[in-house]
Amino acid sequence: MSFEWPWQYNFPPFFTLQPNADTRQKQLEAWCSLALSYCRHHKLYTLDVMEAQESPMFNNKKIERKLSMEAIQIVFEELRKKGNLEWLDKNKLRCLVMWRRPEEWGKLIYQWVSKNGMVNSVFTLYELSNGDDTQGEEFHGLEEWMLLRSLQALQTDGRAEIISMDDGKGVKFF
Amino acid sequence: MDRFSWTNGLLEINETLVIQQRGVRLYDGDDKAKMDVGVALLSTHRLIWRDNKNHECCIAMPLSQILFFEEQAGGIGKSAKIVIHLHPTPPNKEPGPYQQSKYSYIKLSFKEHGQIEFYRRLTEEMTKRRWENTPVSQPIPTGTGLQAGRTRAVGIVGIERKIEEKRKETDKNISEAKEMVELSKSIANKIKEKQGDITEDETIRFKSYLLSMGIADPVTRETHGSGTHYHMQLAKQLGDMLQAPLEERGGMMALTEVYCLVNRARGMELLSPEDLVNACKMFESLKLPLRLRVFDSGVMVVQLQSHSEEEMIASALDNVSDKGSLTAEEFAKLLGLSVLLSKERLLLAEKMGHLCRDDSVEGLRFYPNLF
Repeated sequence: MSFEWPWQYNFPPFFTLQPNADTRQKQLEAWCSLALSYCRHHKLYTLDVMEAQESPMFNNKKIERKLSMEAIQIVFEELRKKGNLEWLDKNKLRCLVMWRRPEEWGKLIYQWVSKNGMVNSVFTLYELSNGDDTQGEEFHGLEEWMLLRSLQALQTDGRAEIISMDDGKGVKFF
Repeated sequence: MDRFSWTNGLLEINETLVIQQRGVRLYDGDDKAKMDVGVALLSTHRLIWRDNKNHECCIAMPLSQILFFEEQAGGIGKSAKIVIHLHPTPPNKEPGPYQQSKYSYIKLSFKEHGQIEFYRRLTEEMTKRRWENTPVSQPIPTGTGLQAGRTRAVGIVGIERKIEEKRKETDKNISEAKEMVELSKSIANKIKEKQGDITEDETIRFKSYLLSMGIADPVTRETHGSGTHYHMQLAKQLGDMLQAPLEERGGMMALTEVYCLVNRARGMELLSPEDLVNACKMFESLKLPLRLRVFDSGVMVVQLQSHSEEEMIASALDNVSDKGSLTAEEFAKLLGLSVLLSKERLLLAEKMGHLCRDDSVEGLRFYPNLF
């Protein structure tokens, strides 16, 4: 299924940072939402800022408008404040995009575990993200760093414990 | 280019050559004319152009056809040019290379330079107007007046028309001014010699001149002193005077427009910008129906107190929605206002959240705020 662009994407003013504070807030929310949906659709977990500026996400060739670097940084800062983005470097050139926050993933995983009556079982990370049993689940194919953070979130909540095993990590659910 | 006529290129008696320049290409408005490069010749009476290769191809136009002209600097790959704006074609013009043209200006493009000297000489000849003193045997029709029934035009044609009108007005003013100077002299003499009173008749005549210029009784620093009292009186006078012009312009005028309007009417005892601003600041305290207002950008305007902000913004939104989007220039054209005031209006509507902006290499454009 191809990505469905929001109506704002074809509205030229969307690509100009609005001076009116109220208008700007709505504009930024729409951008955050678009960025996250785009990443979710294309299963992107990291972004390179330079590449992003040229990608269709921020560059609509059809109406010949693209978001300025300044505006992109502002959008990313918004995402960071909301917990959906984390910078990988000090220069803010690469970032992790969490179109689902770790807590949200954790919840999904736990729901699957409890639905299948597998509480108190131990899983390897690999089994969770790539096992046959999890085929069709949204978290199937989740990148390891993201999975780990999600499980860490559950651990903080007291619903799981991450354990070290011979050839990697595993997790026990409570 | 339709002002040119074919000619044999020979000068008439009394006509002398002033300067000639090779390497000149003609332009019909902004388009290259169908001729090749040739020689441009300036005489005391005409502007002549002759093709380099085919000397039979020779055209000329009387200098009286010229309204005004200006230099256009060259650039990389572009020669310097002289742009010549022309009066409308006279009815008895001899046939020439162009039957008609949509432009009322031509350009001379100097591919081998020489524009500086040519421009200087052209300026000289246009000032001296020697052709008026020594008419030549060939009929040289002068630029006739306006064609009746011409509709209001914007752009160059409109400016040309206004220049014609101004010229006629100036002539009239000059003759009126002579009368007035005589009258002033007589009054001044009487005062000097303390000879009797200035007659009531003279006073009435003097006042009627002032009235015709738009000032019933000029408030001057002498009669009312300087400082606040002066500004107060001035403010009241402005209150009366600006009512009609403001209403004509939709209730708002830039302070610079007010300055020009007021001083043009006063004619003498001109207002300084400071005095104008200080007087305008007193509108509110004097309970006059005008207000001085400063926009965020620093632009100062005088507006009618009755002027409704909401209406202005609502109508701006309507206009923009109607057209989908508007630039300040397009909006100005739509309303017949200056670009400055139109932009302020759009910015105000944006501030209120009714419009949003699209800033790109194409320029600044305003859209209805759909966010």
